[in-house]
Amino acid sequence: MIIKDVLQQVESIDARLCELKGDRTAGALAEVSRLQRRRAELLAGCIRLKAEDKVFLARHPRRPKIDDYIAALFTNFFEQRGDRQCKEDASILGGIALYKGQPVTVIGHRKGSDLAGNMKYNFGMPGPEGYRKALRLMKQADKFGRPIITFIDTPGAYPGMEAEERGQGEAIARNLAEMSQLTVPVIAVVTGEGSSGGALALGVANHILMLENAVYSVLSPEGFASILWKDASRSGEACEIMKLTAQDLLKFGVAEEVVPEPLGGAQLDPNALFASLDAALEKNLTALRRMNGAALQAQRYKKFRQIGQ
Amino acid sequence: MENIFKRFGAARRFDRRARTEAAGSATPWRETVFVTCPKCERRAARQNWAESLYVCPNCGHYQTIGGYYRLSLIFDHGSFRELNERITAADLLHFPGYSEKLLIQKRKTGLSEAVVTATGRIDGMPVVAAVLDSRFFMGSMGTGVGEKVTLAVEYAAAKKLPLIIFSASGGARMQEGIFSLMQMAKTSAAIAKFSAGGGLFISYLTHPTTGGVTASFASLGDITLAEPGALIGFAGPRVIEQTIGQKLPDGFQRSEFLEEHGFVDQIVPRSEMRATLSKLLRLHTTAGRRHA
Ligand SMILES: [Zn+2]
Repeated sequence: MIIKDVLQQVESIDARLCELKGDRTAGALAEVSRLQRRRAELLAGCIRLKAEDKVFLARHPRRPKIDDYIAALFTNFFEQRGDRQCKEDASILGGIALYKGQPVTVIGHRKGSDLAGNMKYNFGMPGPEGYRKALRLMKQADKFGRPIITFIDTPGAYPGMEAEERGQGEAIARNLAEMSQLTVPVIAVVTGEGSSGGALALGVANHILMLENAVYSVLSPEGFASILWKDASRSGEACEIMKLTAQDLLKFGVAEEVVPEPLGGAQLDPNALFASLDAALEKNLTALRRMNGAALQAQRYKKFRQIGQ
Repeated sequence: MENIFKRFGAARRFDRRARTEAAGSATPWRETVFVTCPKCERRAARQNWAESLYVCPNCGHYQTIGGYYRLSLIFDHGSFRELNERITAADLLHFPGYSEKLLIQKRKTGLSEAVVTATGRIDGMPVVAAVLDSRFFMGSMGTGVGEKVTLAVEYAAAKKLPLIIFSASGGARMQEGIFSLMQMAKTSAAIAKFSAGGGLFISYLTHPTTGGVTASFASLGDITLAEPGALIGFAGPRVIEQTIGQKLPDGFQRSEFLEEHGFVDQIVPRSEMRATLSKLLRLHTTAGRRHA
């Protein structure tokens, strides 16, 4: 893995550049230009990252999260809580918002940016209530003819006792079935790590967009390594053979589009990412809006039907 | 004429196959006179095991049975016709060692994939049935299983037949990566479409049904039945124990637990499997004929 080292060096350069800001002496200016050159060189080395590097970036604590996407790309967001059956699951955030002036339903996994936030959102690992809330919102979107945009970023569905008691498997299955029948455009954006059925439960979309450093897989690399080799520490090796990068999924026809990120990852320049995601969303949404309900259903069915045919 | 011979041959092959694979692995049940129960470790005559449909005559433990044998228990004699027998797994990721493992599994079980799909009749009523076979790669779902199940669902939809799926699975087949995961969406979408057309789907859960199969078609039945004592859940017990840092109580994620929590209509002993299915089919003779 190279990315960790690169990001550390970039971080210390950025800190030094910050100190030098406003210093107009010849020595300072020379140092600034030398540091900027060095920074660009370091990032240029990130053009070809290994799968393991991408997993690292996909999970980076400062990577933009659903709240950031909502703030940057949408207006008038109104959060809707609760599954109307049991409780509110904060590990999934959802609601109605305007995108380019048009109402849409936005739903996504939610992670915190610190330990307290992560505890509150259960590290982005929903229980059945989270999936049932998501389904409630999607069916409402279908009723009102609103397109649905989902943001996928989860290590997986939560493997706990209560989750099992309340039907984790049933909740995910229900979402897969119901999403396939929706008559409005559905776009899924894999923004970070998309792991297992817990990710797919928000992912039965007409188009799947993947951020350049996002990953999507049947299981987390750690889980994969421990199942296959009974050794979670071989996750780096697992990353390479799992073929889980955005580029792999584009090649397999699972994803429709890869959304470019700034060199070194979205966390270094979130606004650059928001701009490219905005462009991709607008383009895909415009294309899907031209289709009627039956055509959207048929396209979605066909998309998944042909995977592994 | 040739067709009749072919059919006759296929029926005989099916009978032989069902007999030889009855339970456990493909062969041991034919040779031995006495068979030891893996649960209570007491021995019983093979004949007694066969009479109890491979439920331990001493302790009631449910022995795993093969897909063809299970179909022979529910179908009218001579009505079995296999669907898409040749579809098998594809090594789409070129996963190290997977092709070799597949070959070993095929040789060991005589199966080409972890699911058998077929049409047949139950008390004269035609159905489409699929049986996941846990002897083949733990019944895991990769593209072969996903494709066969989807084709069976689509066949049932096209012919307006009821659909019965017996699940038994360790979850997604890891060696097929993202393609395995996507089979969950594919099979669920097929069931949703079938269901929207008014089709009857009976999901029959057997030991063990976990992971991606639980989180897809197995949980989408109009009627959900389970064999007694089957392990049924999304996350495996070991993963849950590691996550919560404590041992799970006895009976957690067993059929009876699922019934208690509202996820199973009825637990049906193997001896009543055929009669129960027949009754349910009889109760759905108007399925697919909706009020205009
Ligand atoms: Zn016994």
